[in-house]
Amino acid sequence: MEKYVPNIFFAIILIAGIGYFVMNVRKLIRNIKLGKDVDRTDRKPERWKNMAKIALGQYKMVRRPVSGILHVVVYIGFILINMEVLEIVIDGLFGTHRIFGEPLGGFYNFLIGNFEVLAFLVLVAVIVFWFRRNIEQVKRFLSKEMEGWPKNDGNIILYFEIVLMTLFLVMNAADYQLQVLGVEHYAKESGIVGSFPISSWLVLPFIENYSTEALILIERTSWWLHITGILVFLNYLYYSKHLHILLAFPNTYFANLKPKGQLTNLESVTNEVKMMMDPDADPYAMPADGAEDEVPEKFGASDVTDLNWVQLMNSYTCTECGRCTSSCPANLTGKKLSPRKIMMDTRDRLEEVGKNIDENNGEFKPDGKQLLDDYITREELWACTSCNACVQECPIGIDPLSIIMDMRRYLVMEESAAPQELNMMMTNIENNGAPWQYSQMDRLNWKDE
Amino acid sequence: MNVPTMADMMAQGKQPEVLFWVGAAGSYDDRAKKITRSFVKILHQAKVDFAVLGTEESSTGDAAKRAGNEFLFQMQAMTNIEILNAYEVKTIVTCDPHSFNTLKNEYPSLGGKYEVYHHTQYINKLIADGRLTIEGENLKGKRLTYHDPCYLGRANDVYETPRDLIRRLGVKSTEMKRHKSTALCCGAGGAQMFKEPEKGDLDINVLRTKDALETNPEIIATGCPYCNTMMTDGVKFALKEDQIVVKDIAELIAEANNL
Repeated sequence: MEKYVPNIFFAIILIAGIGYFVMNVRKLIRNIKLGKDVDRTDRKPERWKNMAKIALGQYKMVRRPVSGILHVVVYIGFILINMEVLEIVIDGLFGTHRIFGEPLGGFYNFLIGNFEVLAFLVLVAVIVFWFRRNIEQVKRFLSKEMEGWPKNDGNIILYFEIVLMTLFLVMNAADYQLQVLGVEHYAKESGIVGSFPISSWLVLPFIENYSTEALILIERTSWWLHITGILVFLNYLYYSKHLHILLAFPNTYFANLKPKGQLTNLESVTNEVKMMMDPDADPYAMPADGAEDEVPEKFGASDVTDLNWVQLMNSYTCTECGRCTSSCPANLTGKKLSPRKIMMDTRDRLEEVGKNIDENNGEFKPDGKQLLDDYITREELWACTSCNACVQECPIGIDPLSIIMDMRRYLVMEESAAPQELNMMMTNIENNGAPWQYSQMDRLNWKDE
Repeated sequence: MNVPTMADMMAQGKQPEVLFWVGAAGSYDDRAKKITRSFVKILHQAKVDFAVLGTEESSTGDAAKRAGNEFLFQMQAMTNIEILNAYEVKTIVTCDPHSFNTLKNEYPSLGGKYEVYHHTQYINKLIADGRLTIEGENLKGKRLTYHDPCYLGRANDVYETPRDLIRRLGVKSTEMKRHKSTALCCGAGGAQMFKEPEKGDLDINVLRTKDALETNPEIIATGCPYCNTMMTDGVKFALKEDQIVVKDIAELIAEANNL
């Protein structure tokens, strides 16, 4: 029985790790569903294509070549090296050693060899990322909204990856040496299983002369830390900005496919305007049966629950890279608006609402707070030129502009709180059909001037 | 200028091939009116049978919508749609990318379905159909840079059409560092045209004009009356108004063709 202790222990941490993650994913989905309905089920082939191109194919990442190419390296490394996790899980559960090694033969060596090269490249890329964030001081990582936790979060993720990749290579080097030494459990009759181009060069020289016991200790320790690290990282995702590695896929699938300049036409407004313009409508008509109790629909958004679920998913997907903010004309000229902050604020408020629901038995208890003013200020909202640069730059299809516009709608239609000059502009449109105070009768004067 | 209105046309029992949507800037703003007139000259040269709504035209509601006033926008939209549909308008051309975007994208679901062209697209079509040629000697060799209006570029992915026209002018065109989908906004969109900017380090049009000045142009070309205003102000701010002119592509074509 004692023989199986590691297997049982492994099964327990595996189930705990995945179980806790699933619990948080459920919470995530529930929070996203707090958003209003929006139909994104049309044009399916186009949606799949977008997902394949933008999320899977990283098509928009390389708009910025340096960070883009490095990101592609980490991304490919992440996807491929994780194939190895399948073997690690099986080995862990059944106490085997490199179970795919002998059945796959030469192909296995090819795979492991490439994983090693990728792990090394990922390590290099991640170190460059760390350098860019902490030494080179790339401007978009220095904005005000990045102070404190967001900055630490970014670094923690990089440390995670450095540690995981290092453990992977150390584990391989020790494994290789144990196979060379012919140690039982490691050595196979068919010879060396796996190919270790990087670890035998980078790590092996340090441990080559160690005793068998020390090598086993190193191999086992790195093996356990590596898989535990992966499970911890998996669970870290929900608490960090790093959810994009999963949400980028649904986020690009459900992204807006209409021209970027097209804003939605609020249907609730359409109904009212139609009634106002209908000469047959009876202004003194009694409300229809049951209509008295209907709460009039709120126009625009002052809190996260007024936004739609795609906008809420956008907020969880944002990985705070700041490409949006670094191309925002308002931000570039020193205004407070930062599209990235709009997304971070939306997510933080949504998390707050979610926690509130958890603490109050599934029912949101008013907390006297909202997205508007408590997170996003009016000054930020009014600084937007609606130029769509943020939407264009987002490598995974996030639309900060739609949130800004929905919040402006609330300010104007529910609070009549537009800046004074805009009120004048709107009064002019109402009175004389132009944003300036000119008579509509003078509209054609230009032809004779 | 001979500019028939839809009402005139209807009285004569005629239906023009295209409605020219002039827009508020093109109707009232002194600088933008020159663009309007240049475009009309081009329409005349190509013998296009067009008409305007004249005093029946009203704001598309773009600025109101982007300021958050969906009510006012839809009131404007439905009033305009009623008029456009009453005249059985099928095709619309406009020199204003904001009107273009609103008419093309935001009117259809409210009942206004038209084929909508930005004037650069329409001019391109006239050339393709053999109705217009650009002789292009007047501007030959001039240094030019083109500023992408957001509502034409990113908003509707129209990047090449204006550039096709510029190539026909024989000018020496240089792209700004930020151009096409990475182009920087002039600062006027989203109703910013009608208000003071929020507190910051500098105005957006000044920053964008800097982009343009880096290409050492004699002409800054654009395709939007609001961009035109912003860039003209930016050039003045940089004290370069003696050396650099800001022109709409319609004006450049009119100039090339001695109109």
